Amino acid sequence: MNIFVFVKRVPDTESKIKIAHNEARIIEEGLNFVLNPYDEYAVEEALQIREAKGGTVTVVSVGSDAATTILKKCLAMGADEAVLIKDDNPESYDGLRTARIIVQFLKNKAGDYDLLLFGKQSVGADNAQIPAMVAELMDLPQGNVVTSLEIEGSKGSVLREIEGASEKISFPLPAVVSAQKGLNEPRYETLKGIMAAKKKEIPVISLEELGLDKEAIKPQISVLKMESPPERQAGRKIEGEPQDLAKQLVQFLHEEAKVI
Amino acid sequence: MDFNLSEEQIILQQSVRNFAEKEILPKREELDEKEEFSYEITQKMFDLGFFAIVIPEEYGGMGMDYLSYILVVEELARVDACQAATVAAGNSLGSAPVYYYGNEKQRKEFLPELVSGKLFGFGLTEPNAGSDAGGTQTTAVQKDGKWILNGSKIFITNASTEITLGSIIQAVTGEREDGKKEYTCFLVRQNTPGYKAVPMHKKMTWRSSNTSEIYLEDVEVTDDDMLGKRGEGFHQMLESLDNGRLAIAAMGVGGAQGAFEAALKYSQERKQFGRPIGKFQVIAFKLADMATEIEAARNLLYKACWLKDNGKSFGKEAAMAKLYSSEVMKRVTHEAVQIYGGYGLMEEYPVAKFYRDQRLLEIGEGTSEIQRLVIARKLGD
Ligand SMILES: Cc1cc2nc3c(=O)[nH]c(=O)nc-3n(C[C@H](O)[C@H](O)[C@H](O)COP(=O)(O)OP(=O)(O)OC[C@H]3O[C@@H](n4cnc5c(N)ncnc54)[C@H](O)[C@@H]3O)c2cc1C
Repeated sequence: MNIFVFVKRVPDTESKIKIAHNEARIIEEGLNFVLNPYDEYAVEEALQIREAKGGTVTVVSVGSDAATTILKKCLAMGADEAVLIKDDNPESYDGLRTARIIVQFLKNKAGDYDLLLFGKQSVGADNAQIPAMVAELMDLPQGNVVTSLEIEGSKGSVLREIEGASEKISFPLPAVVSAQKGLNEPRYETLKGIMAAKKKEIPVISLEELGLDKEAIKPQISVLKMESPPERQAGRKIEGEPQDLAKQLVQFLHEEAKVI
Repeated sequence: MDFNLSEEQIILQQSVRNFAEKEILPKREELDEKEEFSYEITQKMFDLGFFAIVIPEEYGGMGMDYLSYILVVEELARVDACQAATVAAGNSLGSAPVYYYGNEKQRKEFLPELVSGKLFGFGLTEPNAGSDAGGTQTTAVQKDGKWILNGSKIFITNASTEITLGSIIQAVTGEREDGKKEYTCFLVRQNTPGYKAVPMHKKMTWRSSNTSEIYLEDVEVTDDDMLGKRGEGFHQMLESLDNGRLAIAAMGVGGAQGAFEAALKYSQERKQFGRPIGKFQVIAFKLADMATEIEAARNLLYKACWLKDNGKSFGKEAAMAKLYSSEVMKRVTHEAVQIYGGYGLMEEYPVAKFYRDQRLLEIGEGTSEIQRLVIARKLGD
């Protein structure tokens, strides 16, 4: 099994996000960056499959030099190789653009593969577009937002949580699968893994080397505005006798909240 | 100057934090209440490599720098001083002396086990020899080509668990030419006849760390069990304590950080007089002081590690870091309890344990008074 896992460097979910004054971007200074949590499930799944069936796990990130830290983390978890596709474009929020870069990598540089794993979305941008777009552009079957993945010979099957049920789908390999929370419990990096990762080189591939010219991959999306969510207002207090309170509450739910 | 951690150190820090929060935090309170040493958590920490950090690869270690070790202890102490203590004593006082002073045979015998699943105690303190480590009364007398040990040790960390291989025992082996006592260390195995290590209970502090009394009654060892050369014992112990102090300092910084984070969060949630108590300037300023002192303590500690990692003399800075971090954690845990009010005194809330666990830091591996003595002596250097 040759597995590629696509990973992204994102702000720690516990970081307090601040928006630059009058600009459509978040302030990165002072933020703690981590491997996207959903990608971590994808890496763990890849490692478990490799441990059971052999093969190699390659992690790939499209991003700036700073992304090498998360690639090192994946190597420390146990990935065999890591590749950085260097993209100095600041966060473009254009999923199709990133998908095209990944597709170009798969066509020109990746060699053979059986499975392409992703996190279901990256926290921060939360577009959840790339796995589906890559599958579509590569004409591959896909199982997205999965909580279980099984590989039998040249077939894969996944479980997906859907409204009120869980859905099982199967498909031939190669395929695209994106990980949801619950797929597995990612391992802790061991000191041994960290030291082994230190010795590994991470090759850097430029967009030009992938045969992409700047014009062709100009972001098609421009972010016009970013705003913090409005401060939560204090709840409304109602007072009075129990009977009266019930009446007020029902009236509110019916007429204002319109939920009953 | 460069204050950046390396990529490996950042990954290590995140990994240990993640481990501590997921594997230790859920069990912290119960282990503390029951005064229970956790074999399960300890083995997991062995598996991750926490006991192999600075030992070179040829003995099964990781060959990492000292700062990496300190980061591990700091992150563990941020969640639980007891697990941090097991690791700190395991590294600084268990495997390190065997590696630094042991001969090749001893290294090969003990180190592979000490990095993967076994502990070793460091027996210096005695009932009548605490701060005055020169007051050791345990003796080793030569008889028929053997050494016969008699005496006792107290407060020895990691010395009486089911996974303890033995302890380093400092004993008086005679008199030097200048009339002073001669001290030598021996590696004494757990099952040696006449040797007994017994856990000590009813501690206020470090309750789920193993602390032991050791009794030695006509315990026979040989020259092969001697650590380094005859007469080097005192120096070995003092040098080990220099190293060990950095780990105790890391427990101060990590513990202070843990208590501070709890207090900060509580101050944002607890409301009195219609607003979060953190909005009162008195509370906000307490938090500002806590954060400032923790930052200063951390910088002092990392600087001392940098000195050590760069082969420079670090004894004074290690003592300063140990003294300062312990006292910073004292002030921080004191204020953390204050910010929690009455709830701070209840064991269901996290700050009470930080408060209790801090107490050891001003006493173990040289009391704060002794640290001041060490620092003062080095001021003229
Ligand atoms: C949980 C725990 C774990 C420990 N682990 C270990 C271990 O693994 N190995 C080990 O060998 N020991 C260990 N110790 C022992 C520890 O190092 C000693 O308790 C410490 O060195 C102090 O010795 P003491 O308790 O005998 O106090 P004392 O030396 O009796 O000190 C009592 C007081 O007198 C003060 N004092 C003493 N001499 C002077 C002086 N010259 N000037 C000014 N003030 C002075 C002290 O600062 C202190 O305030 C541990 C202790 C504890 C509680």
